[in-house]
Amino acid sequence: MLCDVCKQKKATVFLTQIVKGEMQKVNLCENCSKEKGVTDPTGFALADMLLGFGHGEKIETVPQERTCPVCGMPQSTFRKTGRLGCAKCYGVFGEGMDNLLKAMHKGTRHTGKVPARAGSSHSIAPKLEELKAALDEAVKGEHFEDAARLRDEIRRISETV
Amino acid sequence: MMKFATLLRKPPEWMQNDGPHRDIVITSRIRLARNLEGSTFPGWARKEDRVALMQQLQPHVESLPEMKDCFSEDLGNLDAIRKQVLVEKHLISREQAAKAGGSAAVINRDQSLSIMINEEDHLRMQSIRSGLDLRSAFAALDRVDTELEGLVPYAFDQRFGYLTACPTNLGTGMRASAMLHLPGLVLSEQVNQVISAVNKIGLAVRGLYGEGTEALANLFQVSNQHTLGEREADIIARLERVIEQIINHEQNARRKLIEDQPHKVLDHVGRAYAILRFAHILESKEALTHLSMLRMGSDLGMLPPAEGKVIDTLLMEIQPAHLQISAQRKLSAEERDILRAEVLRRRLANLPEPITDIATGPPPEDPPLI
Repeated sequence: MLCDVCKQKKATVFLTQIVKGEMQKVNLCENCSKEKGVTDPTGFALADMLLGFGHGEKIETVPQERTCPVCGMPQSTFRKTGRLGCAKCYGVFGEGMDNLLKAMHKGTRHTGKVPARAGSSHSIAPKLEELKAALDEAVKGEHFEDAARLRDEIRRISETV
Repeated sequence: MMKFATLLRKPPEWMQNDGPHRDIVITSRIRLARNLEGSTFPGWARKEDRVALMQQLQPHVESLPEMKDCFSEDLGNLDAIRKQVLVEKHLISREQAAKAGGSAAVINRDQSLSIMINEEDHLRMQSIRSGLDLRSAFAALDRVDTELEGLVPYAFDQRFGYLTACPTNLGTGMRASAMLHLPGLVLSEQVNQVISAVNKIGLAVRGLYGEGTEALANLFQVSNQHTLGEREADIIARLERVIEQIINHEQNARRKLIEDQPHKVLDHVGRAYAILRFAHILESKEALTHLSMLRMGSDLGMLPPAEGKVIDTLLMEIQPAHLQISAQRKLSAEERDILRAEVLRRRLANLPEPITDIATGPPPEDPPLI
């Protein structure tokens, strides 16, 4: 099987993604997969795709990139460097963060020291709104699996606040 | 305020102390990552904002009672060699040494506490102790953290804990680590087994200078990988248990080497002694390997026990930046190798020859190393 991009070399990297309910397969050779950042071990690109951060749309064009309104960091920079721009980024890029954290840590919830000053104001407020907006999107687009996951997450956060 | 020259002259407290299991565990360290609420993380902030934050934070850090008469400097005011000396002393990170202005290091008088401002996070605080002593290292740093928390507002979230630039540090923001000297496990070729077992239970093993560095001088850093979802005390207790097991393995490996291959042990220590005392050109890696053997020889009673500290001091003094600071100029690699051999010959001039009768007699019931 030949690479879908250069149509010259043998494809060794096979990606399957679901876009708007339709399954799409992309076959890439080693060079093209590297060029597209699919196997870039330094970035989060592969982890993102596997863990659900952008569902692999990076291969295609990136649709309206999310940017932190507080510090201006675009999500692609976070993906590339693995570092967030400011504390508020956690709320903005929060979608899919749980899966990322699950892979990195023992749990997804802090159980250690709490600074004396930390009140309820310290919880990530934009997070809930973000999730609700994403839920509306998902329902409109009839992505019911995503919608169910978002609904559960909203419920869980609302209970703990 | 302490001068750089004083910092350089004074041996750090951990070097002089004898913490628990000092023969195998050189140091225990705790690191906490913290950020200020409402400020962009250093890596993404504009330079002027970074400088402003440093100027706001530095006086607070200097005002801590633990930081009385501290060393406090903007890294922009230190040349490359001075920054590298701080790395070799484990007082700042390699990442911070790569930074220029807008990043500062505050180090207390006995060098047991160092606070980096604007490394990857606004605050990276470290406490260091001799031997296996993670608890007291944590207690000291926790106190500092609580004091600072009263002076500046931390970025904290109920769910994610202390918010850090990299999600791998989220939660407690704590990295607990111990520097282990494992020549027995290396010589008996068991060290890789131990490393992979340690990795499997969510702990990381790294070389002498942290992530991505080589395990020179048979020194290995063991640390926690997870920072979220576990309490600080639990992380430390788990790490401690694992380190105690590694200590056991290392002791057994040394005992077995003496029983089964006494000549191999004598040969390693003897060659190390001869080369370090008489060589005139020594590369860093070779010198560190031999110092490791000498240190083991001292643990095994082949050299006077007091020599252990001289060897530990040398492990640091023969590093490139330390050599260049002592020569007071930049040295080429060749010049460093010559000076390194000179320093070693001079410092070990009075070291008696290693005792060799561990090979002939039966192994003692209770070897002196334990």
